[in-house]
Amino acid sequence: MAKLQQTPSQTVGPYFAYGLLPQQYNYGDGLLKEIASGQVAGADVPGNRIRIEGQVFDGAGKVITDAMIEIWQADHLGRYAHPRDPRGSNANFKGFGRFGTGTEADNKFVFDTIKPGVVEPGAAPHINVILLMRGMLLHTFTRIYFADETEANAKDTILAQVPAERRDTLIATRTDTASGMVYRFDIHMQGPRETVFFDV
Amino acid sequence: MTDSFAPRDWSSHPRYIEPIYRSTPLRGPTKPLIPIRQSLSELTGPVYGQDCLGPLDADLTRNGMKSAEPLGERIIVTGRILDEDSRGIANTLVEVWQANSSGRYIHVVDQHPAPLDPNFFGGGRCVTDAHGRYRFMTIKPGAYPWGNHPNAWRPQHIHFSLFGPSFVTRLVTQMYFPGDPLFALDPIYQSAPAAARERMVAKFSIDVTEPDFALGYVFDIVLRGHNATRMGH
Repeated sequence: MAKLQQTPSQTVGPYFAYGLLPQQYNYGDGLLKEIASGQVAGADVPGNRIRIEGQVFDGAGKVITDAMIEIWQADHLGRYAHPRDPRGSNANFKGFGRFGTGTEADNKFVFDTIKPGVVEPGAAPHINVILLMRGMLLHTFTRIYFADETEANAKDTILAQVPAERRDTLIATRTDTASGMVYRFDIHMQGPRETVFFDV
Repeated sequence: MTDSFAPRDWSSHPRYIEPIYRSTPLRGPTKPLIPIRQSLSELTGPVYGQDCLGPLDADLTRNGMKSAEPLGERIIVTGRILDEDSRGIANTLVEVWQANSSGRYIHVVDQHPAPLDPNFFGGGRCVTDAHGRYRFMTIKPGAYPWGNHPNAWRPQHIHFSLFGPSFVTRLVTQMYFPGDPLFALDPIYQSAPAAARERMVAKFSIDVTEPDFALGYVFDIVLRGHNATRMGH
């Protein structure tokens, strides 16, 4: 049979909030319950609790106020909640988060989650990211690695494919605060610190 | 791992920077994307099934209803979510959002001076059946002006967000209506390669129409398929 051809991507536009994140943006009084939010791991999920936050900057260095970030991550033992991962993850951890940059101070995105474990040999702990926004006609893929995993990062086979001078754009820096570990991950769409985006 | 997902078909998708769409030059990446292999991180992806749905989520004519039916032309939008080998993608989440019949979104950022409809919310979702089929009841959205260039208007459209079977099959797109005179003037529609544009246009279907109630449109969506022969099953 002849192959079908992919449907083109189109921008998520400026108005995704009430359709995709109605509770975060306070639309509809609960009539549509959002599937995911910045609360990725509830209190009963095992693992080291971390917060990941950052901002998204455009080519003029301005903070983007209408981006949506989605994250997909393994549990604390490196297992994904998906049938393709035969190891089976803990049942109450979905591993997916979604957050728009339109509600927090300074237009940050904020995910409260647990630090993922090692998924497979030769991989450093990481979180997979999809970024969507008005003015972007198809989403970009990137990854968050952790600054305190120097040894594992040095051996990571995906990071090894990134030119050495750009690897830092994928590494979240850690601050220990009174309320816990916070990793900072800013995304730069352009410029000297342009974040690495993947073709995958 | 022998089974991976087919790459993005770059002849089907817009480029990141498309100057006629004025927000793209400062928001699209400028450095080449870095190709990586698909690891378990990309071969897996979030799974959402029936359990995340509310009873009225697929009926936008009712999920936001307060005192009366929403105004506008009632329509059915249905179709299949397929991979490139024409296989239906079962049990996958379909999320939609759209303007009301006057071309106004409930979003606070939308300042178009057209009326809001107190009985229309504009967001919905459903999960595909075993054959990859989905179905929404809604109101035909209106066209609306936007600030891209003087006298710019968006064609009538419904936003679609899909996951498919993995992290890399994700797709966000827009469904348009057949014969819209604004196609030739819309930078977002035009951003798709010419040969691919009509894949975003629904087909009118008298068979989908419910007599004396709602007109029917069919919109099939094709996500990235598989590279290698599928193992198992």
